[in-house]
Amino acid sequence: MKFDTIIIGGGLAGLLAGIRLLENGKKVAIVSAGQSALHFCSGSFELLGRLGGKFVERPFEAIDSLPAAHPLKKMGRERAEEYTRQFIDLMKRAGIELHGDPERNSWRLSPVGLIKPSWLTLPDHLTFTNPHTLPFGSAAIINVYGYIDFYPQFIAAGLSKRGVKSVISTYDTPGIAHLRKSSTEMRSSTIARVLNDEDLEEIADQLNEKSRDCEVILTPAVFGLYSEEPLRQLRDLCDRPLWMVPTIPANVPGVRTQLMLRERFQRLGGEYLLGDTALRGDFRNGRLKRIYTYNLGEMPLEADTFVMASGSFFSNGIRANMEKIYEPVLGLDVSLHGGRTQWYDKDFYAPQPYEKCGVTTDDALHPSLLGKPVENIYAVGSLLAEADSLSEMSGAGVTMVTSLHAASEILGNN
Amino acid sequence: MLVYRINRRYISMKDTTKKVYDVIVIGGGATGAGTARDCSMRGLKTLLVERFDFTAGATGRNHGLLHSGARYAVTDPESAAECIKENIILKRIARHCVEETGGLFVTLPEDDLEYQARFVEACGNAGIHTDILDPAEAVRMEPAVNKNIIGAVKVPDGSIDPFRLTVANVIAARENGADIITYHEVIGFVKEGNRVTGVKLRSQKTGEISYQYARVVISACGIWGKHVGELAGVTVNMYPAKGALLIFGHRVNNMVINRCRKPADADILVPGDTICLIGTTSTHIPYDQIDHMEVTPEEVDVLIREGVKLSPALAYTRILRAYAGVRPLVASDDDPTGRSISRGIVCLDHASRDGVEGFITITGGKLMTYRLMAQWATDLACKKLGVDRPCLTAEVPLPGSEAETDVEKGRANVIGLSTEQKAAEGRHGTLSALIPNEKEYDDALVCECEQVSVGEVKYAINNLHVHNMINLRRRTRVGMGTCQGELCACRAAGLLNRAENCASRSLHDLANFMNERWKGMYPVAWGDTMVETQFTSWLYEGVLGLDSGDGHHEELPLGPVNAMEEADEEEPQPAQF
Repeated sequence: MKFDTIIIGGGLAGLLAGIRLLENGKKVAIVSAGQSALHFCSGSFELLGRLGGKFVERPFEAIDSLPAAHPLKKMGRERAEEYTRQFIDLMKRAGIELHGDPERNSWRLSPVGLIKPSWLTLPDHLTFTNPHTLPFGSAAIINVYGYIDFYPQFIAAGLSKRGVKSVISTYDTPGIAHLRKSSTEMRSSTIARVLNDEDLEEIADQLNEKSRDCEVILTPAVFGLYSEEPLRQLRDLCDRPLWMVPTIPANVPGVRTQLMLRERFQRLGGEYLLGDTALRGDFRNGRLKRIYTYNLGEMPLEADTFVMASGSFFSNGIRANMEKIYEPVLGLDVSLHGGRTQWYDKDFYAPQPYEKCGVTTDDALHPSLLGKPVENIYAVGSLLAEADSLSEMSGAGVTMVTSLHAASEILGNN
Repeated sequence: MLVYRINRRYISMKDTTKKVYDVIVIGGGATGAGTARDCSMRGLKTLLVERFDFTAGATGRNHGLLHSGARYAVTDPESAAECIKENIILKRIARHCVEETGGLFVTLPEDDLEYQARFVEACGNAGIHTDILDPAEAVRMEPAVNKNIIGAVKVPDGSIDPFRLTVANVIAARENGADIITYHEVIGFVKEGNRVTGVKLRSQKTGEISYQYARVVISACGIWGKHVGELAGVTVNMYPAKGALLIFGHRVNNMVINRCRKPADADILVPGDTICLIGTTSTHIPYDQIDHMEVTPEEVDVLIREGVKLSPALAYTRILRAYAGVRPLVASDDDPTGRSISRGIVCLDHASRDGVEGFITITGGKLMTYRLMAQWATDLACKKLGVDRPCLTAEVPLPGSEAETDVEKGRANVIGLSTEQKAAEGRHGTLSALIPNEKEYDDALVCECEQVSVGEVKYAINNLHVHNMINLRRRTRVGMGTCQGELCACRAAGLLNRAENCASRSLHDLANFMNERWKGMYPVAWGDTMVETQFTSWLYEGVLGLDSGDGHHEELPLGPVNAMEEADEEEPQPAQF
């Protein structure tokens, strides 16, 4: 099978690049092994939230002070601004309205009531500009009855610190009552699937009743697995503002975002090979000619250009064995040499060297093989070396900027 | 009925001031808990004090091997004979802590087959039953064993859960009237002349100093007995021998696999619950390192290299964690150089040895001989107190291992116990009947890997001295499975917070718990362990926003939270602290 571009990885990085290419008339395939980091996200996209342990107020400006090897620094501030505009529009065309001021970071409420920097946020979730005060004085924290992946007491404690009074209660539906009978089914995505078919008016009645003396309703993010519609309807039915607090994985709004982007990609004619894994590639004259996948066996996938968007360790984009860290599909050059004792810090919460490990590229995002750049491959997203998405809170930012840049390069080059 | 008794003990635990005990036992490992059980069963007013949590020392850091004694048959016949006797006793009194897997002693092509004959003979002398197997037969019995073995001997090895065993001893002591104090460190002794009359305690949580008094004090502190002895003014020469082990995330073998050679590094592979363990190494370490042990990359390499020889499947099985324990090796009193190590149980009467009355040290020994050690120490304490009552600990089953109660029979008759109910019965034996399940959400799973329900967590919080996540892990296996606490830790923290009602402390505890999990993971951070690690970091730091809590994070108030809670009978009941 022959494509203009083949993308390895079906998460945010692969989908953004793929959609951009399809929107400009390219023939694109994505090979996706399965789940995406979006399924486990906080509901906020971060460009650059922290630098040297300090909160970053203006993320575009902060790009200037990053080290030269950092992917965002390689891209530069102007491009980051341009791709951000593209990103917001692209998401809108996929049906996802992000809120937040791209120029300024704001704050979000974590699933355990801690306050963390955020940048552009899914419509479900609350953000605010001052970490010390919240835009309301009282909140009804209403859990789904019997759901243990949501922590009203922790959230209440976080609110209390900011002078917000809260009332904790639960709501229930017949479908949820049925779900509770099984010890393993009370998980966010299953609940969201059930709530999809429940009577929203009945739920809203309970939420309204239990939030009578409060200004806002906070409830676990278990609405709208396939689209935002149930959330919109519920908000219309509620007497006061309704905000979803992210849950421990999977976070339903993140799953929905991935599904909507995938749907957009497929509606534009993209080939999404779900549940397949890229295994190896054939190189000719320093260019990647074709790749082979697990499902297609000896039938290769050919393309002019390839985008490696296969993620970091937890997506298996990078692997480690006892001796070394490596990129498993093409054997691309990676950063971080030295033995395994160099890969980690003994404090779980310290910046971990392995987080910065990834595929090294030139300034145009071409990765290299045995020191030689491969001109028809672009490496994007959390596969890239030198960004520490956790301690910098830069995961989505690096992904968004580099994948849209790769798409632009591919479009410009042809 | 049992619920009432247990809760009453809980209350009595708090009410321990200004009371003179017959015996204070220091140390919450198997030996200390076993000694408290024995003392209390003989009618002595007993207090058990532990500086951290039960099983925090060597008890919780070994193979979990129910030795047949075969391992020691050649080199230490006395220990071997003790082991096989205790092996038979434990299978009877602690059946819910024991799994009778059987064990193999295999000879690899590189090993000397002649050792086998010596080994079998020595086992016979120690009273350990052996069957010499055809190697092909052994491979059929245990398909995970190296197919190239040239010899195999079957022995009655098994596995034992030291966490369950210790807690069962604690519960037994409590049921017999003993008081239990955890998180209080002995920092000195109260003495009248040459007589020890009590201990000075410091609370680990508040720093508060308190005193407890007794006619006899027994130090059952393993390697820490050296330090405790010093506090009492006596010298016990001990040498810490560190042993490192690896836990694999899959139970590759169903029988214990030993190497049939003189004891050496990494020659025992033990199955336990859903995992298996390879160990150990043996390294002498300085005494000041016993509280700060790390598994080195070299130890990991040796364990993998040798482990793969026993069972080649280990080469591609994910390693969950690495950890290390300290064996208390005691220098023989009769050797003035202090170089000769006493291998067996060491029970020191400091009155006759050092002129310090009312103080006993029980150490050396093994997990396998904890009961016998307790018996020796209790015999000596009884002698000092003029009490003449027989030791019954070898006959009376531990709580959880009694003959089936009516309650249990009733439950077993319910068609189809759920997986989590079965798992809980495996962990708590007959006591699992006390796990609440009247509310539908008591059955909800907190920990999927280990099948721990909300009800079991509530039971542990209310009855098994659980104050933090680590305690909870040791009592229920929450966070011990393949995901190492990835999701269950959050859920358990949520439930613990309901009991402790302090969000700040619970979150801090959760953050610490993840760091404690990491300590065992980084020595083996590659392959799928690296995948899990990054995912866990992503979740706890990225999504939840936790950090080590050293100042730069969003600290929560310590005071009461300004939140009203609607009465909701489905919510877990507050714990009876």
